[in-house]
Amino acid sequence: MTLIGCHHCDAVAKEPWVPDGGSAICRRCGATLFRRHRKTVEVTLALAVAAWILLILANAYPLLIFEIQGQASESTLASGVSALWRQGEYAVSAIVFLTTMLAPACEVLLLLFVLAPLHFRWRNPGGVIAFRWVERVRPWSMMEVFLIGIMVALVKLSEMADIRPGLALWAFLLLIPTLAGALALLDPEIVWRRIEETK
Amino acid sequence: MKSSTNALGGRHTQCSICNLVMAVPEDVAAEQLGCSRCGAMIQRRKPNSLPRTAAFLLAAAICYIPANVYPIVEITSFGYQQSDTIISGVIYLLLHGNLALGVIVFVASVVVPILKIILLSMLLISVQCRSQWRPRDRARIYRIVEVVGRWSMVDVYVVTILVALLHLGSIASVEVEQGAIFFSVVVVLTLLAAQSFDPRLIWDPIEDGDE
Ligand SMILES: [Zn+2]
Ligand SMILES: [Zn+2]
Repeated sequence: MTLIGCHHCDAVAKEPWVPDGGSAICRRCGATLFRRHRKTVEVTLALAVAAWILLILANAYPLLIFEIQGQASESTLASGVSALWRQGEYAVSAIVFLTTMLAPACEVLLLLFVLAPLHFRWRNPGGVIAFRWVERVRPWSMMEVFLIGIMVALVKLSEMADIRPGLALWAFLLLIPTLAGALALLDPEIVWRRIEETK
Repeated sequence: MKSSTNALGGRHTQCSICNLVMAVPEDVAAEQLGCSRCGAMIQRRKPNSLPRTAAFLLAAAICYIPANVYPIVEITSFGYQQSDTIISGVIYLLLHGNLALGVIVFVASVVVPILKIILLSMLLISVQCRSQWRPRDRARIYRIVEVVGRWSMVDVYVVTILVALLHLGSIASVEVEQGAIFFSVVVVLTLLAAQSFDPRLIWDPIEDGDE
């Protein structure tokens, strides 16, 4: 018999058997205790690899291409951050950098760093610390909000000039569900048990 | 399955990082234990949860006013200058037929931050008074508050994209204004406030009353 705890209300209960894809709800506070995915290491790892490739595309190519009176201008994620920095808006620039570039990249890298050694049964002394950070980084990654921002900007600018989506925008559109899926299929309890086994 | 018992009162404690449930030997305080699985020190409740949450909330409430009053962006195009606050940006979207986007931006930028500040303050006060009023609903409110706050960043991102695209010298340029700074600070502060709050505190007085 294994005991599990609810980190929303501190209730302790016997771990119920749950089929793959099902979830257990805390009797006391109604929070989700866990979503069971026994294949979590393999599935999340595959999605994290895909997310990493999309993340590189989303950062390397222009998001939007903008033409006004024959002059074209392109915007990448980084060019927005650096334009803010040049204007002296250090706080805003830092927050945008943190939430759209640093946090998503860290989240994907941490997942790869934890899950790849588990899958291939390599020894990974840093896995424990890295997996602790997965949950901490999560709230700071706001790519889906950024996507809505892009749409609002498109509406605002479409009257002024010709504006076309760049390759990075399509990468972004794929990246958001890929990373969301990777995190939704992550079953921390299973990962912690696998980490413990390989110690 | 028997209804659950609280890990604080019982012989068990759980790791706040990896959720491992551990038995606590009788002569040892839980705080002296390290987690056998992830190595973290056991913290039964987040340290200084209430004062830290209150401080972040107060700072966020103060910044919320300038965030909405000051313009967030100034666009110059073809010699014509225009300052936008959050509200005037929403009105622009609504007038140009983008009802859905206008509503999203309004809810995300104006409603969500103030709602988040008010709801977290109410949770804070209810915990401080050791209220026993509908803990399940209060727990649910916290879980919702935790996830919606991020949407307030929308306008800051819009400004970022405008700044990145409109640097065409005399034709068009964009200046970021103070409102955007306050705005991004509000988002970060409310996020920190939600993270500092410990939802387990909602349940502590309940245990005392019932069992
Ligand atoms: Zn619970
Ligand atoms: Zn632990």
